Amino acid sequence: MRVETAFARSRAEDRAALVGYLPAGFPTLADSIKAVDIMIDHGADVIELGLPYSDPVMDGPAIQKAADRALAAGFRTRQVFEVTEAVAGRVPILVMTYWNLVERYGVDRFARDFAAAGGAGLITPDLIPDEAGEWIAASDAHDLDRVFLVAPSSTEERIASTVAACRGFVYAQSVMGVTGARAATSAAAPELVRRTRAHTDLPIGVGLGVRSGDQAAEIGAYGDAVIVGSAIVNCYLDTEDIPSGHQRLAELTADLAAGVRR
Amino acid sequence: MPDPDPSGHWGEFGGRFVPEALISALEELEAAHAESQGDPAFLAELDRLGREYGNLPSPLYLAERLSEETGVEVWLKREDLNHTGAHKIRNVLGQALLTKRMGKTRIIAETGAGQHGVASATAAAYFGLECTVYMGEEDTRRQALNVARMRLLGAEVVPVTTGSRTLKDAMNEALREWVASVDHTHYLIGSVGGPHPFPMLVRDYCRGIGDEARAQFLERTGTLPDVVAACVGGGSNAMGIFTAFLGDEDVRLYGFEAGGDGYDTGRHAATITAGQVGVLHGARTFVLQDEDGQTIESHSISAGLDYPGVGPEHAHLAATGRAAYEPVDDAEAMAALEKLARTEGIICAIESAHGLAGALRLAKSLEPGSRVLVNLSGRGDKDMGNVVEYFGFEGEPNAKGEDA
Repeated sequence: MRVETAFARSRAEDRAALVGYLPAGFPTLADSIKAVDIMIDHGADVIELGLPYSDPVMDGPAIQKAADRALAAGFRTRQVFEVTEAVAGRVPILVMTYWNLVERYGVDRFARDFAAAGGAGLITPDLIPDEAGEWIAASDAHDLDRVFLVAPSSTEERIASTVAACRGFVYAQSVMGVTGARAATSAAAPELVRRTRAHTDLPIGVGLGVRSGDQAAEIGAYGDAVIVGSAIVNCYLDTEDIPSGHQRLAELTADLAAGVRR
Repeated sequence: MPDPDPSGHWGEFGGRFVPEALISALEELEAAHAESQGDPAFLAELDRLGREYGNLPSPLYLAERLSEETGVEVWLKREDLNHTGAHKIRNVLGQALLTKRMGKTRIIAETGAGQHGVASATAAAYFGLECTVYMGEEDTRRQALNVARMRLLGAEVVPVTTGSRTLKDAMNEALREWVASVDHTHYLIGSVGGPHPFPMLVRDYCRGIGDEARAQFLERTGTLPDVVAACVGGGSNAMGIFTAFLGDEDVRLYGFEAGGDGYDTGRHAATITAGQVGVLHGARTFVLQDEDGQTIESHSISAGLDYPGVGPEHAHLAATGRAAYEPVDDAEAMAALEKLARTEGIICAIESAHGLAGALRLAKSLEPGSRVLVNLSGRGDKDMGNVVEYFGFEGEPNAKGEDA
């Protein structure tokens, strides 16, 4: 299922889509599948599975810790396909990954296996279109979405060339900084969405920092998707007890889903 | 040859594998660097700084007793005599001057054992820039003296507690911090790694090593060396001395990587010898990585070489065969360090001892009288803790007249 399916529905309901992020293999492999089901049950429109990496330069402490925990438990790249296969079908499943892991697996091989598992596409935070020739070819060959990032510091030229390479949606990194839940979202975000919209009809997702339904409502007023990561991860980092993490995730997702419907 | 293509690649290596948020800063840096390299006033100022403050040019020294023992002429480029004790002063002075030119007021830097951190803090003090240094938490404990130096120089030292808490994690943290502060902060990277234009820029500031050495060698001998050798961690001192000789086809270039406990043990930092092509810290290069592409921790007695990546231009020189790269293990390096101390009265850095050890090993297969130029990239004061431990110098010295 490609992401346009989800955006068609959220647009029809005149609201932003809710995108939930969780590293595959966290808090455990089985519980990451369970957590994705919980997010979908409580109103997530799109799921981003993170691929745990040893050197996640764009992530703040919460997601780093989650990735470290998954890796320490022996997570392997190929297991992201297992998770994808287990949860695909109800909503589009994207993988968000640092580029070395895909390159090491083999770019075309990764695209093939991910598409076979039912995946929708990749979000690539450290791959800019300028370096993405092999991925663009593989995503075309295997009919996958490719989501690149724009940032407040992007020039008009770069926004134009980046959105031209995107398929599915565009990821607007709303603050100059790493991932992490913040009390206040960025004032730069609406401006970035406005600048990006001038160059594309693709939906624009806004990420980095969202942790509540109120923030989701605020972002949903101008963005086409509200992306939530660290706040979701924190449901499990703050407790040793996974079932209560699941409970917190259900409550958080419901709050966020209500937020995008306000 | 030496410059990468306009998109920052040497062959398949290099490039920009970083978040989009950093691209405009990299473009700004690239433009500022190109402009400054064409500005006689900037180059004159950097040259003056090098001479008056950095103690440059460094001497070229024929190590006669060592040469006698070895059977080849061993020439040392004495970067150990530079201000702050290593070639690194060249890089930090260049980048700090460029920071001022770009109108930025703050630098951040990563450091392993603290040498690049001390050099960065030094340049920041000189130019009146704010300075924050990221250092693995483990290293801040092991290298307390360097932490004290940085603090005395006015820098803030931030212990990094993420990941493996080593140099690579300090670099991750510096990159994270840079994204958040890029409008007024320059990332003063410590080696010829990272996204374009850093590998080229750091090389340009370090290439004085080879430019000076080549001219000094010609002046002293009327010819060029047969072999140029240097240690390679990230590879700034090696690119610094190699660059001037890249066009001299008869000059063989050798980079010596840290073989750690021994190449066969798997506990080493021999990135080119043992790594596979991948992406780390913004560039495509050789990386020590597992089957999935997760970075593997490197090991070396030398903190300055203990890094699981290598500059992309080195990867290119290795792939094209222009330079050869071989591992030198801890024991071989420490033996060379001791030998240099006892034959020449020079205590070099353990990093530099890897380059020397490799050159001495290579000398056995060279024609007698061949000329070998070694970049003695730094001095060993910082390493005395390791030296005491390695050679067992702890405890009371032998009493006078008593046999050892």
